[in-house]
Amino acid sequence: MIADAPVKAHRYIGKKRRPVESRRFVLGRGRFAADVTMPHAHHIAIVSSPHAHARIVSVDVTPALAVDGVLGIIDGATLRGETNPLRQYLDVPGVEWFPLAGDVTRYAGEWVVAIVATERAIAEDAAELVNIVYEPLPAVLDPEAAMDERSPAVHPSHPSNVMYRRTFTWGPVDDDFAQSPHILKARYRWHRNSTVPIETFSVIASWDPSMALLDVWASIQMPQFPEQLAAALDIPLNGVRVHFDVDVGGSYGVKRGIKHAVLAAFASRRFCVPVKFVEDRLENMRGGDMHGPDRIFDIEMAYDDRGVVRSMRMRTIDDEGAYPGRSPLQMGKPVGSIVGAYRIASVQYEAIAVTTNKTGQVAVRGFGQAPTNFAIELSMDRIARAVGIAPVEVRRRNFIQAHEFPYTIPSGTAYDSGNYPTVMTKAEDVADIEALYRWRDAARQEGRAVGIGIASCIEPGGGNAIFEALFNSKNTTTTFPEGCQIKIDRTGAISAQIGVASSGQGHETLVSTVLGEEFGIPPDEIRVIHADSLAGLPSQSPVASRMAIVLGDATVGAARRLKAKMVQIAAHDLGVQADACVWNGTAVQAPDGREVPWAEIVRIALMQYHRLPPGLDPGLQAQFVLEVQGGGVLPAADGTVQMYPCQSFSAHVVAIEIDRGTGQVAFHKYVVAHDCGTVINPDIVRGMVMGGIAHGIGAALYERFVYDESGQLITQTFADYLMPSTHEVPHVEMVEHETPSPMTTMGQKGVGEGGYMSTPAAVVCAINDALAPFGASVSHAPVTPVDLLELVR
Amino acid sequence: MNTYSITLTVNGKTITRTVPARRSLADFLRDDVGLTGTHLGCEHGVCGACTVMLDGDPVRSCILYAVQVDGATITTVEGLSPGGTTLSPVQDAFVECHGLQCGFCTPGMLIAATALLRENAQPTAEEIRTELGGNICRCTGYQQIVESVQYAAAHTGEVKQ
Repeated sequence: MIADAPVKAHRYIGKKRRPVESRRFVLGRGRFAADVTMPHAHHIAIVSSPHAHARIVSVDVTPALAVDGVLGIIDGATLRGETNPLRQYLDVPGVEWFPLAGDVTRYAGEWVVAIVATERAIAEDAAELVNIVYEPLPAVLDPEAAMDERSPAVHPSHPSNVMYRRTFTWGPVDDDFAQSPHILKARYRWHRNSTVPIETFSVIASWDPSMALLDVWASIQMPQFPEQLAAALDIPLNGVRVHFDVDVGGSYGVKRGIKHAVLAAFASRRFCVPVKFVEDRLENMRGGDMHGPDRIFDIEMAYDDRGVVRSMRMRTIDDEGAYPGRSPLQMGKPVGSIVGAYRIASVQYEAIAVTTNKTGQVAVRGFGQAPTNFAIELSMDRIARAVGIAPVEVRRRNFIQAHEFPYTIPSGTAYDSGNYPTVMTKAEDVADIEALYRWRDAARQEGRAVGIGIASCIEPGGGNAIFEALFNSKNTTTTFPEGCQIKIDRTGAISAQIGVASSGQGHETLVSTVLGEEFGIPPDEIRVIHADSLAGLPSQSPVASRMAIVLGDATVGAARRLKAKMVQIAAHDLGVQADACVWNGTAVQAPDGREVPWAEIVRIALMQYHRLPPGLDPGLQAQFVLEVQGGGVLPAADGTVQMYPCQSFSAHVVAIEIDRGTGQVAFHKYVVAHDCGTVINPDIVRGMVMGGIAHGIGAALYERFVYDESGQLITQTFADYLMPSTHEVPHVEMVEHETPSPMTTMGQKGVGEGGYMSTPAAVVCAINDALAPFGASVSHAPVTPVDLLELVR
Repeated sequence: MNTYSITLTVNGKTITRTVPARRSLADFLRDDVGLTGTHLGCEHGVCGACTVMLDGDPVRSCILYAVQVDGATITTVEGLSPGGTTLSPVQDAFVECHGLQCGFCTPGMLIAATALLRENAQPTAEEIRTELGGNICRCTGYQQIVESVQYAAAHTGEVKQ
């Protein structure tokens, strides 16, 4: 695929380098979607449903329309008459999702009417004058209750509230259980949280009827966003131009405002003005369809006297909210790491997606692996306790060993590389685990509730989104590409183009560092731009910790194509065969030692056609579109498939104390040992790990979307949905380990999600260790002071 | 809607504008003055992304009205760097220590950090964590932010290109 051997001695890869994006951000010159202005732009405000489930009897917008500055009002009937439903990734006939409710509203906060006015404040004034008559219907809020056929139907045109249900069996599960002396049975509850970026979703859309072209600037991080816009609005895909040169103010998966963008685009087309919609926090929290997984796990693990696990049965029920969209696929990605870091030989996995009267879910950091890993790791702890060994020891006895890679897990994915026991040892050493145990035991003598938690985590990276086909056999997509285009200009300067927006990952830094390495040029001299969707190459967007892996290697591919052309030009100029020449870092060299330097090759290629090899196109430009490594294969009938190409690993050691007077959890120590293969930018990698841990602390202790019995979201501001601050996130000690991936040119793996996947497990395991002397344990997240106070009194 | 004429100094420049009574300071800065470096994350005074300096003290511009700052001196993130092109020690430190990722909370964080260092030139890590507790960052986990402030404290007085 890519001819050159992997780069060995790195000049720029892995070295300290200031991320190029940072300068504009600290100067206040980032360009976020809300900062994009256009003449005559109008603004949207939303009228939301106050009911969890209701029939909409009538909508009266007359007084609102009379407000000075209101251009128009869109109701569900109008919108639905002129757009197509938003995409469902499951095969769920009868389930239709539009930006605005139609005859029925299916959750409290669902958008019913949109006001378009000259100012957002005026649109909000008008929104208060819209009179909607509702006839409340019975709502269903509990996912298990929703599975009961007698419960209210969220979508009566679909046979049931169960949107998806399949049991996968990989290996002789029943035999393995029959032959195991011990079986753990456990139930875990992962409550609804999300990534909750500080920037809400923002979009400005402008329809130009003279060109039949829709321009969109949005805070988007979403695969197939232009395609879904075009499909919903029924316009050709080449009539949609999504501008990816906006900075996205955090996403971690959730910036998928397809309904926001369709609504703004529809309004722009209808009223012939640019239309901007910047969600306010309330719209975002209760009606943005951006919550995360909401799961019940039933686990059985069959293990022996030593705590070695032979087989696992996992059933998960996921509460998708009212409109499933892409979110049920978050039970599909975990298929690619269903056994975590462990040598579990057979697995039965049942995935159940259920609709309820809540706002929808969307992709959240880890795409479902955070709750799955939570269930696996809490189970490991229980087995350790049952067998009477330390939590570290039970993991060691079950770890896949370094010599076993590539290691194929029962569900079909081959893990690329790793050294889990060594990374775990590094974490223990940095934490000084023996001293920690002494600290714990001494504190317990004083009557304090202290505990130590261990967790490990596989972090799949690369974004082979084959779970689309796994969960819907009508979907035969196997192509999940990423492209990079590079160009050298007449002055010899390099520019590169990528077809995605970034939300803090540092893609400009990634691409320029890789190109600097390939061409031997200081990365700071290389310009990277974000193309729009018409100009750019195919992209699956920066999801699934994939960009270092896939964009990184696409960049290498483009660079090597261009270098090959430069060698061809130079060889022709020297009168020798191209394959006899070598690129020595600054020039192309012939066997006899003669050289054509960079500047001269550039001159020939761009300005001296008479010196080019006959038939060769002028200029120095190259494209490379990479299919995700190891991808391109549909799932087998039993669901086995190679999911992501690369598997990073981390081990966490956490020591906490529960305040017996308040139930509050405080950190005594937090250590993470981390292996994501070859590190490209150490500061960015560290930032990703630290940020993921902080996010995981939120999921473990603070963050939860709570609905009351009538279906009202009662944590819908930052005053009650609690995001960790500097007070809640401790100092974290981090130690690196590098096991290069054989799947990538530089040995790199993914790094964006692991902290969030493993921290909730580590923290709750620590809590359970602290609760052990009290004869108590918890099996859910987040664990709040109220949960703990009773247990430690 | 009643409107009022206000005169104030923003980043060293005196400006006069007529604003509706209900316009927030944040909207005024972003929409009327065109300083989009001030960001809105929650609009209820919790996240701190909209933090600006009001007569030298950090405040939430989302829960102040523009008419309240008539006659005041405001500094936004754009005013931290001389000329808007060179980096102040705090800005330079955030770049050096990677105290940011997506850049959205960054303006408020920089204002809060700058205010902190004016009060306490050599803060401990604990003091930094205490003082920055009103600014939420979802990307970094705060550690590199704390390190940025420490770095700035050690390099104050230097202005980087």
